[in-house]
Amino acid sequence: MSSPKTLYDKIWDAHVAHEAEDGTCLLYIDRHLVHEVTSPQAFEGLRMTGRTVRAPEKTIAVPDHNVPTTLDRANAATMTEDSRIQVDALDKNAKDFGIHYYPVSDVRQGIVHIVGPEQGWTLPGMTVVCGDSHTATHGAFGALAHGIGTSEVEHVLATQTLIQKKSKNMKVEITGKLRPGVTAKDITMSVIGETGTAGGTGYVIEYCGEAIRDLSMEGRMTVCNMAIEGGARAGLIAPDQKTFDYCMGRPHAPKGAQWEAALTYWKTLFTDEGAHFDKVVTLKGEDIAPSVTWGTSPEDVLPITAKVPAPSDFEGGKVDAVARSLDYMGLKPGTPLSEIEIDTVFIGSCTNGRIEDLRAAAAILKGHKVKDGMRAMVVPGSGLVRAQAEEEGLADIFKEAGFEWRLAGCSMCLAMNPDQLAEGERCASTSNRNFEGRQGYKGRTHLVSPGMAAAAAITGKLTDVREMM
Amino acid sequence: MDKFDTLTGIAAPMPMVNIDTDMIIPKQFLKTIKRSGLGVNLFDEMRYDREGNEIADFVLNQPQYREAEILVAGDNFGCGSSREHAPWAIKDFGIRCVIAPSYADIFYNNCFKNGILPIVLPQEQVDLLMKDAEKGSNARMTIDLEAQTVTSSDGDVFSFEVDSFKKHCLMNGLDDIGLTMEKAASIDSFEKQAAEARPWV
Ligand code: SF4
Repeated sequence: MSSPKTLYDKIWDAHVAHEAEDGTCLLYIDRHLVHEVTSPQAFEGLRMTGRTVRAPEKTIAVPDHNVPTTLDRANAATMTEDSRIQVDALDKNAKDFGIHYYPVSDVRQGIVHIVGPEQGWTLPGMTVVCGDSHTATHGAFGALAHGIGTSEVEHVLATQTLIQKKSKNMKVEITGKLRPGVTAKDITMSVIGETGTAGGTGYVIEYCGEAIRDLSMEGRMTVCNMAIEGGARAGLIAPDQKTFDYCMGRPHAPKGAQWEAALTYWKTLFTDEGAHFDKVVTLKGEDIAPSVTWGTSPEDVLPITAKVPAPSDFEGGKVDAVARSLDYMGLKPGTPLSEIEIDTVFIGSCTNGRIEDLRAAAAILKGHKVKDGMRAMVVPGSGLVRAQAEEEGLADIFKEAGFEWRLAGCSMCLAMNPDQLAEGERCASTSNRNFEGRQGYKGRTHLVSPGMAAAAAITGKLTDVREMM
Repeated sequence: MDKFDTLTGIAAPMPMVNIDTDMIIPKQFLKTIKRSGLGVNLFDEMRYDREGNEIADFVLNQPQYREAEILVAGDNFGCGSSREHAPWAIKDFGIRCVIAPSYADIFYNNCFKNGILPIVLPQEQVDLLMKDAEKGSNARMTIDLEAQTVTSSDGDVFSFEVDSFKKHCLMNGLDDIGLTMEKAASIDSFEKQAAEARPWV
């Protein structure tokens, strides 16, 4: 009998197209997702060398990072020239190379990591890459999903493979049940708080345990999305009935006999009893609280009931980093997190821009108003999420509360389109990065779950969502 | 990637040390969607005035060096950021070879990825080649990568060192993609077998 394998081992082994003596492998790529920012030079490279896209049918493109999310975005003047050039280039490249494409005008357009699963492009056991670090999201399906750089984008376009060496196996187990008000976002932030932003470096993480099994597919995507923030190459969750139910009937999921064959295979995708993990981290579900970041690194995370820490609470290089962070964030040690006043609320991104996230936020908002003087916006992760939210009446709840109801895109997750924080503006955001300047020059970001973001919109400060439930 | 075996061409002299990537291609040109087309902005701030007019004494603006394919430069060429735009701009201008006493590491490696040969020679030899380059367009140098030699217009021959794997890639026009493509048979057979095992993919 062969030795027991982890889920990562199994997917890896099934995709090695070539292995050199030094262990460098060519990993075959099943799905290549492309967006407008990191791909232009890659396509240009193909043109200059007279190469083509090896597997256009496995390549999917959608513009998301640069596109405005205002209702008037069909008017090209809403985009800066640089952005428009990048979007136009993607239009042209998709057409010239014959790859699947969802233009801005298509209702299926949205954030690449939301569109992929939604359209059934992402399926269990696949290898998925994209020139974007949050490709880890797709790991929620039990797919091995890597972010890659521009030269690698070109490499995948040309060869449908990636030059890789195998990572180590890490297990993150969340045992037991979550308490009310605690979500997938709180799990993934708490894990990073525990392991640090470099804790996953060199590893592929498999998330498991009862609390993970209990999550919906949307929640699992939120967890895997931030695996990269913990430094991991990828995050994975073994597929189960929920995964299969989510995939069934999606436009690009298999049908009929192929579905049956796929299902049989997908059911073999789990970590064997006794398989070896190089590192194991275990958290108890009931210990996880609604969480919020206070600094400028995703590891700067605490329960909402805590206080802003002091640099002296830390050791080594972190002392200076925390001092700098607090200065940037304009926060004083000892301030209760729940007393921090905010100016802006952003609900959206590939972390929390799915239907379940909008439902969670709307449930808190229903019957309330956004506090006077605050800016609040909801940016659905895709046109289809937007349509569904309208159908379910969620859009009306947001609008009545005073939220702007936007079109799909990356929006205020990163300052590359018109949705940005002004200097010194403080935001409760459902996105994934609180780096300096990430949401706008000198903007201040507090990462939270959708429910926490909605609660903050009502009170005007960071708020324990459990008080609003 | 373009192959590099031998090159006979005009060499432009740039006797400055520490020519950094900001000089090679200033940051306002990084918002591009292309690797090509950067040649007109190569050394932009040295080459043009604020109105965009050519600065006549800059070496590449001089008639005898407009067609230069070789650059002879001072120590620590290409220092600064990792921007691959720097070799992209050099290549797009038409320069295929740089000769200098030393390079910044990232730039040096980026050159090979883009079909440019960066040659390292001792200072005295670079000084001699600099003088040779200053003679203008009649003084053509010859680079022979196979033999690992630079021959001046007077027939002086200088040998240089180069990593054998990098040499192999450059001589055969191989980049990562080219190398992977040499394994196309493995990819083809993997694809066939995968299509049978997992036809829904
Ligand atoms: S939503 Fe944010 S993290 Fe996600 S792909 Fe867009 S910019 Fe990247």
